[in-house]
Amino acid sequence: MAECEAKSEVTGSVWKIVTAVGQHVEAGDTIMIIESMKMEIPVIAEEGGTIKAFLVKEETPVSEGQVVAVLES
Amino acid sequence: MARSFHKIIVANRGAVAARVLRALSEMGIRSVAVYSDADRHAPWLEWSSEAHHIGPAPARDSYLNQETLLGVLKQSGADGVHPGYGFLAENAAFARRITDTDAVFIGPAPRWIEDMGHKTRARELAKEYGLPVGAGTDVLPAEHTAIVAAARKIGFPLIVKPAGGGGGIGMLVARNETELLAAVDKAASLAQRSFSNADVYLERLVERPRHVELQIVADNFGSCTHLFERDCSVQRRHQKVIEEAPGPNISRSTIGTVSDDIARKLGSAGYNNIGTVEMLLDANGQYSFLEMNTRLQVEHGVTEEVTGVDLVKTQVRLAADEKLGDVLPNAPKIDGHAIEARVYAEDPKRFLPSPGKLEVFRPPATPGVRVETGYREGLEVTPHYDPLLAKVIVKRSTRAKAIDDLIEALVAFEVRGVKSNIPALVTILDSDEFRAGAVHTGLIGELIK
Repeated sequence: MAECEAKSEVTGSVWKIVTAVGQHVEAGDTIMIIESMKMEIPVIAEEGGTIKAFLVKEETPVSEGQVVAVLES
Repeated sequence: MARSFHKIIVANRGAVAARVLRALSEMGIRSVAVYSDADRHAPWLEWSSEAHHIGPAPARDSYLNQETLLGVLKQSGADGVHPGYGFLAENAAFARRITDTDAVFIGPAPRWIEDMGHKTRARELAKEYGLPVGAGTDVLPAEHTAIVAAARKIGFPLIVKPAGGGGGIGMLVARNETELLAAVDKAASLAQRSFSNADVYLERLVERPRHVELQIVADNFGSCTHLFERDCSVQRRHQKVIEEAPGPNISRSTIGTVSDDIARKLGSAGYNNIGTVEMLLDANGQYSFLEMNTRLQVEHGVTEEVTGVDLVKTQVRLAADEKLGDVLPNAPKIDGHAIEARVYAEDPKRFLPSPGKLEVFRPPATPGVRVETGYREGLEVTPHYDPLLAKVIVKRSTRAKAIDDLIEALVAFEVRGVKSNIPALVTILDSDEFRAGAVHTGLIGELIK
């Protein structure tokens, strides 16, 4: 089992987590949505896998490059 | 008999707060600035006669909080409110609450804000007034079959738009029926969040259109004129990036006829104060009504530069019951060419937001280069508000000179600590397409890859 990390591309805060722990996602799927400067920026799964953990909650501030979820493939 | 203002609240932040406070100071009117926790050290607060704290950083708790702002109105004894643009500028309920207190809302009558704020109602009104309006639907029903039927009537490709607000938020293109339902869902969700109204509607998509808008100026007594057009075609995510006046490669006789006609119709319908009629110009030279913004526009500066008219002072004087003929005693004329570039805190390739601390922030100090900003070096650009850092405006005798000098000014603009879109602005301005005036709303997508 390999682990991979999903990161926020921008500084902002978590608006909505649209997946759940244990859920399978495909590469390109949106895991959660970050809000910054009146824009919504999705956190996209780089590869397919199962969501093992979220490291943030909704409304948590995040910075650019911060790991927000861990996936297992 | 015109009234005179004693004190005006500027219910906004950033570059527009700075701009309005400057005008009030020049007019000798006392001013009240407001600020959230995030703007405690903002430079524009120093340009006001008094500053009031209105709450935490998130806009809904401060700049959008009507109760708090009405409290400031009462406490400060102000007799006017200038809403700027964005936030509560197009909120009819807020405008009514201000006018109910006997203070003046500096903008058109609340009924205009309400009618034009609802985009499908605005389209209906535009049709009634005999303005050219493109193919579109009313607010969409919830049932999928009915949505698809409405879309088939106007044909693909089309664009899904929120009915309750503009600013490019929640506008999504659908090229077929599969894309349509997903776009409608997403647009409705964005619309609900941004405008507290999930209504969306469809418009036929015009491919490679230009965005041309008309500056309207009207008094409280039925007189209405225009201050010519602006071209705002250069956009990313349906938001303007570069604007200019006059529009390049535009038939003066056609735009003249269209503009005079619109001003006459709005005048007879009783529009008051200033406003902007946004239109699409298609490849065949046809104009169609898009929407009307019942407020000062972000890009008002280019019109000011070519006409010599101060639009903020004009707003205040018209709101004080001055007559149009007194505010604009001479027939408006275009002199030269002005271009504005919006400097955003975002990366210059994908335009992703880039909040952070302005380690270095040195706008060009070149004479003849106008800079509008609400920031200064050392301040934090927070994720709570829009990414506009500054507007850089250059007016010269010709468009070619304006382009060259705007590029020079942007290259001299030092920003470090946040990413900025300056490299993208320079690429666009220096492109053969822009220099030739071959602008359209998809230009950025073609030039920045």
